[in-house]
Amino acid sequence: MTEAANAAVGLGMPPLPPPDYPEDVRTRLAADAAEIIARYPGSRSALLPMLHLVQSEEGHVTRTGMRFCADQLGLTTAEVTAVATFYSMYRRKPSGDYQVGVCTNTLCAVLGGDAIFEALQDHLGVGNGETTEDGKVTLEHIECNAACDYAPVIMINWEFFDDQTVQSAKDLVDKLRAGEAVTPTRGASLCDFKKTARILAGFPDPREGAVTEGGTGGDASLVGLRMATGEQLPAGRPTTGPGRHPADDGPPQYLSKHDAPQQTSASDPHNPAASPTAEEGE
Amino acid sequence: MSAMSSDNTSASAVAKDLLTPVLSANWGDSDSYTLDGYRRHGGYRGLGKALAMDPDELIAYVKAAGLRGRGGAGFPTGMKWQFIPQGDNKPHYLVVNADESEPGTCKDIPLLYANPHSLIEGIVIACHAIRSSHAFIYLRGEVVPVLRRLHAAVAEAYAAGYVGKDALGPGKDLELVVHAGAGAYICGEETALLDSLEGRRGQPRLRPPFPAIAGLYASPTVVNNVESIASVPAIIDRGKDWFTSMGSEKSAGFTLYSLSGHVARPGQYEAPLGITLRQLLELGGGMRPGHRLKFWTPGGSSTPLLTEEHLDVALDYEGVAGAGSMLGTKALQCFDETTCVVRAVTRWTEFYAHESCGKCTPCREGTYWLVQLMRDLEAGKGSMAGLEKLLDIADNINGKSFCALGDGAAAPIMSSLKHFREEYEQHVTGGGCPFDPAKSTVWADDRDATQEVNA
Repeated sequence: MTEAANAAVGLGMPPLPPPDYPEDVRTRLAADAAEIIARYPGSRSALLPMLHLVQSEEGHVTRTGMRFCADQLGLTTAEVTAVATFYSMYRRKPSGDYQVGVCTNTLCAVLGGDAIFEALQDHLGVGNGETTEDGKVTLEHIECNAACDYAPVIMINWEFFDDQTVQSAKDLVDKLRAGEAVTPTRGASLCDFKKTARILAGFPDPREGAVTEGGTGGDASLVGLRMATGEQLPAGRPTTGPGRHPADDGPPQYLSKHDAPQQTSASDPHNPAASPTAEEGE
Repeated sequence: MSAMSSDNTSASAVAKDLLTPVLSANWGDSDSYTLDGYRRHGGYRGLGKALAMDPDELIAYVKAAGLRGRGGAGFPTGMKWQFIPQGDNKPHYLVVNADESEPGTCKDIPLLYANPHSLIEGIVIACHAIRSSHAFIYLRGEVVPVLRRLHAAVAEAYAAGYVGKDALGPGKDLELVVHAGAGAYICGEETALLDSLEGRRGQPRLRPPFPAIAGLYASPTVVNNVESIASVPAIIDRGKDWFTSMGSEKSAGFTLYSLSGHVARPGQYEAPLGITLRQLLELGGGMRPGHRLKFWTPGGSSTPLLTEEHLDVALDYEGVAGAGSMLGTKALQCFDETTCVVRAVTRWTEFYAHESCGKCTPCREGTYWLVQLMRDLEAGKGSMAGLEKLLDIADNINGKSFCALGDGAAAPIMSSLKHFREEYEQHVTGGGCPFDPAKSTVWADDRDATQEVNA
């Protein structure tokens, strides 16, 4: 068998054991791990949160991270690897600070998710699961994220960005790459991927006010309640694009950084100067 | 059905008659997710009443109310509790399935975001009933805003003494753990969820033994959907007669219907079981202007598709089953005539192939081949024989897989071929898809609308 064929099927010597974490990191993570393990009657239940924990350290699940989990839980690295490779939220390679997931399950796809995902691939010059050169944005398509009444939906670091259009999605990633703040439609302000992973490991968001930010739901969540209480609703679906949410506080969220008149439906929902369909070559 | 009229005055009168916000009643308050906000709406009142009842009496009460599972299968909640053996000297566990991932389903996530205490109160009541001192909320990982609110709400409940030491009475503690998953649709299947919660790959277990006998850590375990448990406090507080005054004898009570797709007003509509899609659409202003309903799912992508002719089917367990589908999660995904059914079904099929856990052959291999055949059809490379092959493979998955994921994968294929065979054949004879995907987007009609306004 040729060397190339060997490499393709991964024959040959197994890789050497991964290096351990530096002592200070290991001590810190071990304390966190002990806290996680104490939550469960059976220690192995801590494995999923612990994989989120090691992901919060390095941004993805490394062999070092898996070995750490195995050591803490008395498992083999094979047992840990089997779990880490089963679940889609564990990244297996270095990735961006912001994971931009475009829902392309049927409903979002049909309502515009496919067009958004295609446009973002062109706009960013990356494919599915790839990261921009500046290390800021990892683009991927995701499955249904339980926000179908806000379709098309984008999740950035697993925060909701509802009612997206091609233009609003491009504006979002531009801002992320420029280091500007973007605000989810529901929920607290965005933090980077590692901090998000730590919340997933079961450590509450330490930021003051993070729990209270973002209201109780957008128009879609409240529509039935408002009707039942006799509230008059505007006829029909509001113009598409970010803006179906109550304009509670602050300026519209997705305006571009330029001062020039906005070309997006967010700036003037009733008179979009350039409709997204026109941009797609219609 | 053409675009329906949206006369606001009559619509709001109808809305008051048809809608019954219970779980969603406080969502309009800015602090609905806090303990104070919840208590202002009568929160934790049911708990006091429940703790004063004998556990067996409580189980019988919930059973008599006729509450059925809101997560898809519709199994009577009280009966699930009753199956837990008592006096067995083993720990009992309550696990809440908050892994809401069924395509189209979007009710538990807004519920937990706006009103997490309704679930926590329900958990405490359920733990009293099944004599459990340890409960878990298994939340899908991909919803960090909800996780944040759950962390905070559970901490509040501990601080207030609803959970923690002596929560269920002197010497009866209750621990409640919020556990975030890591991205796997299959973990919504209750035994896969238990394996996942034990730190394993989420793969379903052979049943029997059922979780009620050997569930989490091989101990008696109840696994309930979020909405099922969150509905319990109101039943205890307002009484089973109030609950059974809504819905039908076999489908009692209120529930969250989630309207999505090409509708004028997508969103959450809480109503008694048995409302019809026609009524919901009339409330919501119909389909988007100028378009007609083509096909819809009553309860997520795993429930066989229905069409315009099913608009008057009662959306309860019996009604939808009678129409050849399932109530499922009441995820009403509505697609209009611009949508290609082959494209829609292809995407769902890709989803099932991606999410198949790989444990059993019919599902793992079958979903793979279904995707190949569907993609060929969409690309104009299909054949008439391929349509028979699709049905043959779907038939070899349906009912022959290890768990219901396989049945779910077969459902869209079989139902769409039943209702839209001609459209499949057009993809063969016409050499590809006759639809323009640009016309299906939410913004497709914006330009026309603008012109009308400007004219």
